[in-house]
Amino acid sequence: MSGERYLRRFSRTERALHWVHASAFFVLLASGLVLYLPSLSEAVSRRPLVKGVHVYTAVAWAAALGLVAALGDRRELRRTMRELEWFDADDRRWLTGRRAPQGRFNAGQKLNAAITAALALLFAVSGGLLWYGERNTQYRFASTILVHDWLMYLSLALLVGHLYLAVLHPATRHALRGMTLGSVREEWAREHHPKWVEELDHSLLGRPPGRAEKASDAISRSSR
Amino acid sequence: MKSDLRPYGRRAFLGIVAGGVAALVWGRPLQRVTARLSPVSAFFVTGGWRIYTVAATMPRFDQDRWRLRIDGLVEHPQELTYRELLKLPQATQVSTFHCVTGWTVQNVHWQGVRFADLLAAAKPLPSAKALTFVSAEEPYADSLTLEQALLPDVMLAHSMDGRPLTRPHGAPARVVIPEMYGYKNVKWVGRIELTAAPADGYWEVRGYDRDAYVGHSNGH
Repeated sequence: MSGERYLRRFSRTERALHWVHASAFFVLLASGLVLYLPSLSEAVSRRPLVKGVHVYTAVAWAAALGLVAALGDRRELRRTMRELEWFDADDRRWLTGRRAPQGRFNAGQKLNAAITAALALLFAVSGGLLWYGERNTQYRFASTILVHDWLMYLSLALLVGHLYLAVLHPATRHALRGMTLGSVREEWAREHHPKWVEELDHSLLGRPPGRAEKASDAISRSSR
Repeated sequence: MKSDLRPYGRRAFLGIVAGGVAALVWGRPLQRVTARLSPVSAFFVTGGWRIYTVAATMPRFDQDRWRLRIDGLVEHPQELTYRELLKLPQATQVSTFHCVTGWTVQNVHWQGVRFADLLAAAKPLPSAKALTFVSAEEPYADSLTLEQALLPDVMLAHSMDGRPLTRPHGAPARVVIPEMYGYKNVKWVGRIELTAAPADGYWEVRGYDRDAYVGHSNGH
């Protein structure tokens, strides 16, 4: 079959959530490092301003995520969440390093999503405590700032791996197109996410995978 | 089909969140262990310090123009140059620096002048009971009682870890009072005013304790 057919992998809601999170993360990382590293603190100096940028970016981040989720396709988001939560036998095989056919998300992507969401929630909790603890001593804990630091190190490590796979690694970097334009090459999807392509064929035609080609055609026309 | 599904994603999420929330309690003790075991720690990136400032720019130290004024309730108001400060009797100490936000730097080597020596020429009047340290970083200021300032490990430091104080650490002179949290350790000190009673400093106006004893104030 030709490599020019495309399947829609991510909805606009999903992509909006991803890019809101990604852009806020970079602003928060940059402003946070200025607050954290003495050399940068000295070079930039304007701590009250940088602190304001950091805190209000965090508020805007949470508000924007909530807004996208509220106004976007919530049914689809719930379905995506279920997809990310559940690991089948193939996913578990994949995690042990063996080859196994994967769905729309492979097991690594599912884990990445779960970890990212957990780190984001913890960032918000520890950051909120740091902010509020400055005003009310009852909410000041000795470890809050250390937790916030560790989250930074963990998420930075996760980000480096994520960027490598999304931008550099030849086998996987085509996935970036799915997160920018929404669709990916069918041929690539069949290789990396065969169970997902099968599912699409099923759901669109209500027929077994043997009749897949036409379903893919329909999808590619609608989403390119 | 359904039976072979496992909620690993949800478990990973909940597990990490639970671990992170628990770390608010055990994070500090754990760090004491990891700091000893592993060189890959925040300590080696930042030296353990964070630079907190309240103004738009950090004061810049000009050795020729800098003066330390000592005035208020004293017999002989003073204006010391940097060189004169270095000629006063010198003291050294190794102490731990605690920030009220939860970070700590151990074994900091300080060199400076004890307040008894610093105030000797100015001769505080009997009515002088406190010192207000006015920072070149406006509007930062804070105060100590005379009694607190005369504790044996309290000084106006001009060197840290064998080198003159750097700009982020308050060059050329800062207060060091290891008994209290960092916000009492005023950086960029340019003026010391002796007063009849301690006044609320920058953070105290914002709800922090005036007597900021480590472990016994500000909710800790």
